[in-house]
Amino acid sequence: MIDDIRAWTAELAADPSSLIFLRLGEALRRRSQIEAALKVAVAGLTRYPHLPDAHDLYARILSDAGDLERAFDEWDMTLRLAPTHAGALKGIGFLYFRAGENELAVQHLEAALQETPEDEGLAQAVERVRDLLQPPPLEAAEPELEASAPAPTPEDRVLLVDAGGLPIRGRLSDPTGVEIGERIGALLAGTAREAARAAGLLGLGEWQGLLIECTQANLCLVKPTPESFLFEVQDLDVPIGQLGLRAERTARAARRWLEAMR
Amino acid sequence: MSRTYLTLLDPLTRLVGARGAMIVSAEDGLVVAEFLMENVKGSALAALAASLANRVARVVETSGRGAPRFMQLQAKGGSVFVAPAPADLILVLFTGPETAAGAARLEMLQAVERMG
Repeated sequence: MIDDIRAWTAELAADPSSLIFLRLGEALRRRSQIEAALKVAVAGLTRYPHLPDAHDLYARILSDAGDLERAFDEWDMTLRLAPTHAGALKGIGFLYFRAGENELAVQHLEAALQETPEDEGLAQAVERVRDLLQPPPLEAAEPELEASAPAPTPEDRVLLVDAGGLPIRGRLSDPTGVEIGERIGALLAGTAREAARAAGLLGLGEWQGLLIECTQANLCLVKPTPESFLFEVQDLDVPIGQLGLRAERTARAARRWLEAMR
Repeated sequence: MSRTYLTLLDPLTRLVGARGAMIVSAEDGLVVAEFLMENVKGSALAALAASLANRVARVVETSGRGAPRFMQLQAKGGSVFVAPAPADLILVLFTGPETAAGAARLEMLQAVERMG
């Protein structure tokens, strides 16, 4: 491998636009030469900012370096450029597994396996995570909306409101613990109407979500049904892209709950 | 129109799927600087983005989570990204669905930093 690294380094020096940086960066990563791998990946990304494999390489190196948040963002970007990229699906699946989000982990790992069915290690990983999965989604989803029960976190973070902004389920507190559900409900409904108006007038079709990064938290507003909105608050250490995925999952649970209530 | 502002918008317009980038007055939604594709109505985009940003600011204030830094309105056909900037301005990016949100966020926050 050392010979390969030497040869690829020479090739890249002779032609900085060569895609050999992908193999060189990966080889350096495998040899745990993280700093050198990072330099190669960043230089490659600068030259090819829209190349999915370049983002995937960078994400793998960041993951090895322990920077999981940025690794997630890079894999997320890879999937936006190439939605069936097996490496990125596998990487995000792995990160979800590490975060204890087994349902999301298995979704991504299964999608990766569909792209690379010959990957036996991946097939075993899928099996292992499936075994860890919680019982049926509906039962699993219900506690998520039971935010009015004793809070597992210092404050309540999920609120489901109707189209008029009246809280239907969940509870939202400010950082001091003061309940703000009713106060914020009307603002959320107005914001959702404004989002729908903007998306419609700009020809973007139906709006799907509003992700808000703040100085003290990340917020997300999604629409489980046409008559309801779900607002979620998370700490800044939950990347905004991941918050969007989590909010979508909670929205699905809310949709099931609303349907069951009918 | 300020040449400096146009220089700030330039990297945003180079993102894959970018349809336009603008600097807008947060208070009244008036266009300060813009780089738009031909079929994008700048005044409408500016007014809608400013209105949405103002509503989001009220939500964030009520929630007690500081101040907004960046937001993305996701829709089936694309996204509108907004970042508050100094001098009561907002930076607006209008894109198709193929734009990488992470790249858009990075470029916008860097542009806001340069405006400071």
